Formats: sequence, C-alpha cells, structure tokens
Amino acid sequence: MAAPIVELREVRKSFEHHEVLRGVSVALAKGTTLAVMGGSGSGKTVFLRIADGLLRPDAGEVLLFGTPIERMREEAMLPLRRRAGFVFQGAALFDSLSVFENVAYPLREHTRSSEGEIVDRVHRFLSLVGLPGTDDLLPAELSGGMRKRVGIARALVMEPEVVFFDEPTAGLDPTNARLVAELIAELRTGVCDTAIVVTHDIEFADLVADRMAILHQGRFAEVGSPAEIHHSANPDVRKFLAGELRAS
Amino acid sequence: MTAVELAKVHTRETLVWYGGLALLAAQVGRNLALPPSYLWLVAREIDVIGVRSLVVALTAALFTGMVLALQSAVNMARFGAENYVGPVVALSILRELGPVLTAILVGGKVASGITAELGSMKVTEQIDALRSLGVNYVKKLIVPRLLAALLVFPLVTILADGIGLFGGMLIVVFERNVDAYLYWNTISYWVVLKDFLTGIGKSVVFGGLVTLIGCYNGLATEGGTEGLGRSTTATVVQVAMGVIISDFFLTKLFLFLFW
Repeated sequence: MAAPIVELREVRKSFEHHEVLRGVSVALAKGTTLAVMGGSGSGKTVFLRIADGLLRPDAGEVLLFGTPIERMREEAMLPLRRRAGFVFQGAALFDSLSVFENVAYPLREHTRSSEGEIVDRVHRFLSLVGLPGTDDLLPAELSGGMRKRVGIARALVMEPEVVFFDEPTAGLDPTNARLVAELIAELRTGVCDTAIVVTHDIEFADLVADRMAILHQGRFAEVGSPAEIHHSANPDVRKFLAGELRAS
Repeated sequence: MTAVELAKVHTRETLVWYGGLALLAAQVGRNLALPPSYLWLVAREIDVIGVRSLVVALTAALFTGMVLALQSAVNMARFGAENYVGPVVALSILRELGPVLTAILVGGKVASGITAELGSMKVTEQIDALRSLGVNYVKKLIVPRLLAALLVFPLVTILADGIGLFGGMLIVVFERNVDAYLYWNTISYWVVLKDFLTGIGKSVVFGGLVTLIGCYNGLATEGGTEGLGRSTTATVVQVAMGVIISDFFLTKLFLFLFW
C-alpha cells in the first residue's frame, strides 16, 4: 500500500496557555479529499498549517510525502512545499503584483520556463478558475470571490500533488461560494486529486469531500466517509451537524 | 500586575527580542551561500537604501561639518589654536560623526521602511504565501537587503565624510578667513588612514545591525495595522539606540586593536 501523502500522529499545539490541538491523528491517501470541519476556533487552520509545515507542532509527528517535517529546518522543507499548494482564507495575494504576476510567481521562481510557456500556463489556470482577461488587475481591484480564485490558480499552477484549502468559501456570497465549491470538486478529476479542505460549511464539504473529520476540543471526534459522518452516533458529531456544537 | 511580574514580563520580552535577532542573523548566515543569488534584488536594494538616501545623508553631513567647524573655530580661537580646526573637524567626522549620523539617519529611514514592508506582508499572510510556494523568504527578502546595506553604508559614509569636511572648510574659509590650503594641510598632517578606516569599519557593522533590526521587527509583527505601527516605531528607537550603544563598544574595540 502506498504511503499516505500527509500523515499526522498525535499532534499537539498550544498558544500561550491554550491547547488548540490535543493529540490529532489522521492520514490522507492519494486520491482522497478530506474535509476537516469544526466550529470557529476549533483549531482547523492550525491543523492545516501544521500539515503543510507552516507551523511547528509542540509534540507528535507530521509526515508530508512520507518525510517527517516536524523538526525540519525551513530551508530543507521548501522542496516538499513545492509539491503542495496552499490556498489561504484571505487569499494572501502579493498586493503589489498583478493577477498575472501572482499566478506566474511560482513558475518564475522554480522553473526555467520561457515567457511564452509562462503566459500559456497562467492563462490556462486563470481560465480554469473562471478569470480570463484579468491579467493586469491588482488584488485591490478584485472582489473577495475573485481573490480566492486567483489564490487557487496560484496554488495550482505548479500542478501540486496535494492542495490545502483554508476555508475557501468563508466570507463569500452564495453564488461565489457555489462557484468555488464547484471548482474544487472539478479539480479532483483534473489537476489535483488529493486535498485537505478546512471548512465549517457542511453543504460544501458534502460536495467536495470523500472523507470527513470533525474537530472538537482539540481532537477528531470522528473521521469517516460523508455517509458515516452523517449517520454517526457520536454525540459531538450529531451536535456539530445540528449546528449546536460550541468550540472550546 | 505587580512591579515584579511586570519586570519579569519585560525581561522575558527583551530576551526573546535579542534571541530572535540572533536567530535571524544565524538564519541569514546559513542562507547566504544557498542558491538562487537574487543579484537583481541586491541591485534594487542598493538603489533603495543608498541612492534614495543620499540627499538626507549628505545634507546632514554638510551642516554637521559646518556647525562643528563653527563651534571649534570660535572656541579654539580662545586658546590661539584656530589653525587646528581642520584636524578637529576631520577626526570628529571620520571617526564618529560620519558613520554614526549616517547610520542613524539612513538606518532609521531604511529600517523603518523595511519593518513597514515586511510587517505588512506578515499581517496579510504574504510571507506565509511565499513559504507555502516553496520560496526561501529569508533568501528573497532579507539577504538582499543585508548585502546591499553592508555595501551601501560604508559608501554613503565615505561620501558623508567628504561632504562634512567640505562643509567645515566652507566655514573656516568664508567665516573665519583661514586659508583653505592650511585647512587641508593640517588635516593631512594630523589625520592618518586608520582614523578613516575605523569609521568605515563601524559603518559596515551599523549597516548590518540596522537592517537586521528592521527585518526582525517586520517579521515579528503581530496584531494587524496597530501592531505594524508599534513595530515601525520600535524600529526607529531601536536603530538609534543600537547604533549609539554599539558605537561605544566598537570604539573600545578599535582603540584596543589599532591604537
């Protein structure tokens, strides 16, 4: 059996005196989209950042592409991160660069592609996210939904083996949220078939995920297929699905 | 919070700051030799740090030289030593005022700009975005600034030294009616090469120090735009204090080594 793309074993993380993750374990196999759900402040983003090595855990093991990264130096981690994409909740676009330059950024940094190849590839990915003809716009000139889609194009342009999505539909109107959800669902059959999506939106998770995990009180209350989660007898899972679960 | 608890918190924050600065310096050291070299970014930073700071540095140097000559001439005339205004001005500028004033003025301007830029990138997650794209942010954002500063600070200091001496000459010649030849002749007689070189040595250290302070405070920014304002203000104060305090220790060191 192939090694998981991402694996966390008994990961713990505290900020000041608040323990956010209290022993989280999960493995993501190739071809799987895992939706991590939980209330606000439940530690979903912290979990995602630890999985990509952007944050170090206090304890536990983190394996990215089978390599332990929890104590790895920043410089040593860079080649692994190039094989992964990360879509930030606020898009985190480079505000002084145009849409085109934002998407072209990883290509210019990590490849020796000619200008023509870069133009072709950037336009292909901007079309994929439904934003053709926006090359010269600056991030400040874009709506929230457009910014998120540019962020997705930038994360995908290197054709990563796994993509981490941090609340991709948060703060979007229903139309834009639907657009982003359909885009992420489409990616599974094309550019990237493995992803972790952090969200509090159950409807969205149903659309994109083939595995779900409910994060509560720093641990996964349950991990399983969407059907297993929806029919779970776990009281915390049932409360979350009913919208009654409070983060702590 | 009691005074003891407050002192503990303050001490902890100070130690964390110094430790963070040292760790950043070590990280920069590790990354210096790593590819890519980003030479075009070094060239851009030379323009930002050096060329765009010239007016400030040279204006300050001109007036410092003039005021120093004015004060020295008036007071040394009381002892009949007006002919030695040149060496007094030159030694003061070359050994201390040239490098220190340049570092405080250019450093304050440059380092606060660096803090604002990096801090803004930090609070908007752009630095994390670079990291997530597999870009070495230390190599891309900090190393070029540091290399440029190590090169530019001594060059600007050399120019400031020259302009400062020229300012002194203007006062001596036009205000005190001393012969310009005498001014430069006494300088060349009393001032030796190590007077000039120790000043330049200081400027290299100051360049590295102020750039590291600017970068570290930018990367350590937390708390949105309010935090960004705090970081930028802290940088201006820490640069001035850092230059003045390190100047004392560098002076002791250079006197010990070369005197």
